Amino acid sequence: MAKPKIATTSLAGCFGCHMSVLDIDERILKLAELVDFDKSPINDIKRFTGQCEVGLIEGGCANAENVEVLRYFRDHCKILISLGECAIMGGLPAMRNGIPLKECLQEAFLNGPSVVDGMIPNDPDLPLILDKVYPCHEVVKIDYFLPGCPPNADLIWESLVALLSGKEADLPYELIKYD
Amino acid sequence: MSDTINFTIDGKDCQGKKGQSIIQAADDNGVYIPRLCYHPELTPGGSCRICTVNVNGRQMAACTTPVAEGMLIFNDTPELQDMRRALVEMLFIEGNHFCPSCERSGNCELQALAYRLGIMAPRFPYMFPQRTIDASHPQIYIDGNRCIQCGRCVRAAEELDGKNILGFIGRGPFLKIKASSSRGLAGVEIKPTDRCVQLCPVGTIIVKETAYRTPIGERQYDKKPIGAEIEGSH
Repeated sequence: MAKPKIATTSLAGCFGCHMSVLDIDERILKLAELVDFDKSPINDIKRFTGQCEVGLIEGGCANAENVEVLRYFRDHCKILISLGECAIMGGLPAMRNGIPLKECLQEAFLNGPSVVDGMIPNDPDLPLILDKVYPCHEVVKIDYFLPGCPPNADLIWESLVALLSGKEADLPYELIKYD
Repeated sequence: MSDTINFTIDGKDCQGKKGQSIIQAADDNGVYIPRLCYHPELTPGGSCRICTVNVNGRQMAACTTPVAEGMLIFNDTPELQDMRRALVEMLFIEGNHFCPSCERSGNCELQALAYRLGIMAPRFPYMFPQRTIDASHPQIYIDGNRCIQCGRCVRAAEELDGKNILGFIGRGPFLKIKASSSRGLAGVEIKPTDRCVQLCPVGTIIVKETAYRTPIGERQYDKKPIGAEIEGSH
């Protein structure tokens, strides 16, 4: 039987959750025995090679490209997991949600203290920024949530192993944190 | 006549004293009823409804209901736990709770309750409301983004500190706490040692220049869930 495939991506995130995936240390060898990595920044595969069992989503949706990638993942993954606070609630990028978009862009690109000859980026190749940052489960159906900033490596490991072996995860209290 | 009151919580035989609320009697018997706006030093507020228990078939707030002889109380049932989960989730989506950057993270009662109830993500959409910060005072600030309107600070100021310096303004989703001066916190007599500052369960009333002193792993709710101190007392 072919090994199940796993895919990962970072939307509006900082790659900290991916660092935490790598933080499972030598267990990554065991993970490589259990699964094949498909589209992921870890192996730099850009396109899905087929349907995947599990997709790990880091980061929320801050622009149109994030939404497109997230939908692409939903189409190609049987189980989607929101990994970390940004995917779950927008995280630090969502701190702009209380500020009108125009003011954010003006502050960043026109009025910021380090800006010289500023202009608000308007290239058609750039993905359009959304009115606010959205949690992933408000854009597509998300099956599981692993909170943390970043989620504890043991939480990621225990959850993935439980999911792949079809058992219910036994997660100790200390592993589930929002920071 | 004896002042002892016999009742049960989740089938456990318990004894209370006349005049106690259900939550006080439960604490004395080592039974933790989840709560947020309740604090043992304050008059019960009865506003958060997290402490709702089933008493003889009816849902009652354990902090405002006096314990009575023969009460059959249910506390840890799937229905009540899910209702509490929903209430805590609503508090999360109604405010702007950015736990990773909050000074109170790890020592926050709202967060600890969410951990204890096993909340991985809220079932309701986030509202990202517009809230204000009052940083006018040199030592203390009020961050409205994190306020859950429990009113503990308002009651503590009045009942323990003996000064009416904090109050509620607005109604419904616009309800917020405010210092009773047009100059904000800077215009009232408030000190970092005031109980109204110390009893905030979340990161709303913060003493400046005191944050992030405890390393991750050693904060109040890092290892032990909220309520363990009550359950461990028996």
